[in-house]
Amino acid sequence: MSTPRLELRHVRKRFGDLAVLADISLSVRPGEFVSILGPSGAGKSTVLQLLTGALAGDGGDILVDGAPLAPGSHRFAFMPQRDALMPWRRVIDNTTLGLEVEGLSRKTARARVEPLFLEFGLSGFEFHYPAQLSGGMRQRAALLRTVVQERSMLLLDEPFGALDALTRREMQHWLAGMWTRHRWTVLLITHDVREAVLLSDRIYVLSARPARIVRRFDVPLAHPRPSAAAPQVAAIEADILKTLFHPEE
Amino acid sequence: MLSVTALFLGWEAYVQLSGISPTALPAPSRILVQGIEQREALAEHSLATLQATTFGFACSLSAAFLFSVLVDFFRPLRRALFPVFIITQTLPLVAIAPLIVLWFGFGLTPKIVLVALVTFFPMLVALAQGYEATDRDIEALLASMGASRVRIFLSARLPSALPYFFAGLRISITYAVVGAIFAEYAGAAKGLGIYILNAKNNFRPDLVLAAVGVSATLTLTLFGATVLVQRAAMPWARLAESKP
Ligand SMILES: Nc1ncnc2c1ncn2[C@@H]1O[C@H](COP(=O)(O)OP(=O)(O)OP(=O)(O)O)[C@@H](O)[C@H]1O
Ligand SMILES: [Mg+2]
Repeated sequence: MSTPRLELRHVRKRFGDLAVLADISLSVRPGEFVSILGPSGAGKSTVLQLLTGALAGDGGDILVDGAPLAPGSHRFAFMPQRDALMPWRRVIDNTTLGLEVEGLSRKTARARVEPLFLEFGLSGFEFHYPAQLSGGMRQRAALLRTVVQERSMLLLDEPFGALDALTRREMQHWLAGMWTRHRWTVLLITHDVREAVLLSDRIYVLSARPARIVRRFDVPLAHPRPSAAAPQVAAIEADILKTLFHPEE
Repeated sequence: MLSVTALFLGWEAYVQLSGISPTALPAPSRILVQGIEQREALAEHSLATLQATTFGFACSLSAAFLFSVLVDFFRPLRRALFPVFIITQTLPLVAIAPLIVLWFGFGLTPKIVLVALVTFFPMLVALAQGYEATDRDIEALLASMGASRVRIFLSARLPSALPYFFAGLRISITYAVVGAIFAEYAGAAKGLGIYILNAKNNFRPDLVLAAVGVSATLTLTLFGATVLVQRAAMPWARLAESKP
């Protein structure tokens, strides 16, 4: 068995009197797509903040490729809950942000992202401003900004949470296709059961605050996934929903 | 525009019909004619006022920007400095203008000081507020990429402050003109303020009002210029409509 890319062991976090994460253990192997599914306000974003280094944990271990996560190491490419595109930067300059922070010149950075615009369905919009994009395009731009950083793992915080239902479905299938081709290592936060089942190799279900891992679901179906109507998919979805609504059973 | 025209027409009609003395209330037509006759003097004095305004405003802008950066990076400074700045805003202009002229003489310096005094704090507050308005997610994103504080300031906080900066600019530029005229009124060799004072002392309300008209035009022009600069500096701000 290979070393996990990421491993959390009994991670805890509280904000003053508010215990947010009670006991979080999970692991993500290289090339795996793993989701954290949980109720609103459970502390899902907090898990990612511990990984990006925005917050320090109160206990437990975070291991990256077997070694403790060093503060200030910036090992992950993070996509925040809202797209966080800068309205004053053109789409192309938004997507190069991470590369520019790394010290690449604007020209080199642009040359690196330009070939990817077609695949991300954004060609022709390089020099538009984010305000001129539709919701789905904004999310694709934000994802492009995330993947071009070429970090060892992607952290996606409810990337489609703000989209209308139709666009969200469309984007989920698009992401499934992209992932099948690229096999990024992904940790996805979501509260959409269908999204989790469509995309993930493994799903961790969180309890309400203070959050524990209630159950772990492996999804043994090959990618690309069968449609939601397929019986195996429906069975897993039903099982997850039951766990969400009755976590104690 | 229409209401302004109506106002002037009504004014003109009233003066013509009532036969009121032009030293009490001059008709707009008289103000215009006298103003044109005096255009060289008016232009010269306006130029002095414009100069005081722009120099003073440039000084206060630079200082406000410098301090805004300073208090953004060193938070405790903010609590130490802001009370002092707020006090400068409570000083009555009528009292402070003659004092400043007394200290700095009749040249350009007292005007610059007074203009800076009235515009510095509004600009500082606008900038500080603008930095605070930065989207937390954008900052978190930059931090996750390994950006330094300086980098986050330049890439996120500074551009986020632009709308606030321009809102402050539009208000301050009108204060700036008023501040310059006040300083001149308290004593100056040249400027619209001293022109107004002299015209008043010579019982020429028509020339007072002509100078007022010129200063209003000056303010409006500067105001318009800031709007144009804002459009050029923030092209994204007007784009939200044209989605694919
Ligand atoms: N920096 C902070 N200081 C204090 N409390 C915080 C902080 N960040 C988050 N919290 C609190 O921790 C709890 C969990 O927040 P978090 O954003 O992780 O939830 P979430 O599961 O991502 O919710 P959502 O589904 O709404 O995105 C919330 O009650 C929130 O108010
Ligand atoms: Mg969240």
